[in-house]
Amino acid sequence: MKVSVIITLKKDVLDPQGKVIHQTLAGMGFDNINEVRQGKYFEIDTKETDKKKAEKNVEDMCKKLLANLVIEDYKIIGSE
Amino acid sequence: MHSSVITFPGSNCDRDMDVALKKFGFKNKMVWHDDVELPKSDLVVLPGGFSYGDYLRCGSMASKSKIMKSVLNFAQGGGKVMGVCNGFQILVESGLLPGVLLRNKYLEFICKNVFVKVNNQDNSYFKDIKKEVYEFHIAHNEGNYFCSNDQIKDINDNNQIAMFYSDENGNVNEQSNPNGSLQNIAGIFNKQKNVLGMMPHPERMIDPALSGEDGSLFFENLINNLR
Repeated sequence: MKVSVIITLKKDVLDPQGKVIHQTLAGMGFDNINEVRQGKYFEIDTKETDKKKAEKNVEDMCKKLLANLVIEDYKIIGSE
Repeated sequence: MHSSVITFPGSNCDRDMDVALKKFGFKNKMVWHDDVELPKSDLVVLPGGFSYGDYLRCGSMASKSKIMKSVLNFAQGGGKVMGVCNGFQILVESGLLPGVLLRNKYLEFICKNVFVKVNNQDNSYFKDIKKEVYEFHIAHNEGNYFCSNDQIKDINDNNQIAMFYSDENGNVNEQSNPNGSLQNIAGIFNKQKNVLGMMPHPERMIDPALSGEDGSLFFENLINNLR
């Protein structure tokens, strides 16, 4: 089963890379942007076949390694 | 006094640290990240560098390596653990120190001498230190210290800030903050003050012919305090 998870910076954490991407996009003519926030995407192919167990397992991975909960939030966006 | 410097894949300040520790009287051993046991140590140092290529987040992979279990036990038992630069990043990722080191505010790798003001002398690292303001070298891309509001309150309540970025007169202000660190924090302690993490490199300031001697003052004082 493949579990997909995205990790984003918490709202109150400064995202300088997002800001630069925003400025660059604006410079290219995309002038309708309010804000850009950059994040990470992981696709974890696990041997687990039970969806609930697989997601629980990935959640554990997020807490222990994939995300730093001081600055980041994680969200499991799908499993198939 | 016995010290141990841990080498992770990608560490590149481990030998400089070894030279510095030996110069000031430590019997130092280099310890490989994949080892399980720490040799007898009065001080364990996590050196600077780019452990595991800075993959995922700086220090995150190294913080889970085999030797870190022993380092965690050593620190939790009151052992002195010091992390410099990438070593500081490993300490926050391991949970021994609060907070996190974000990418520098202006997205530049910073490599220059800075001044730092020692904030807390009530610990083995800075007790009886002769000066208040030191010139140290910094070289990092992720040195922008950040933590939650609750954590910074705790840090201040427990006097855990070890040093601030300052100007040469010890003024702590925005102009002297190279990387956007919260409250100009350059280094912090854990609550018990046996674990120290800092971005500046004292081991690069131990030879007047190459740089300066403020690092010498730091190491001389440290070994005297540990004796």
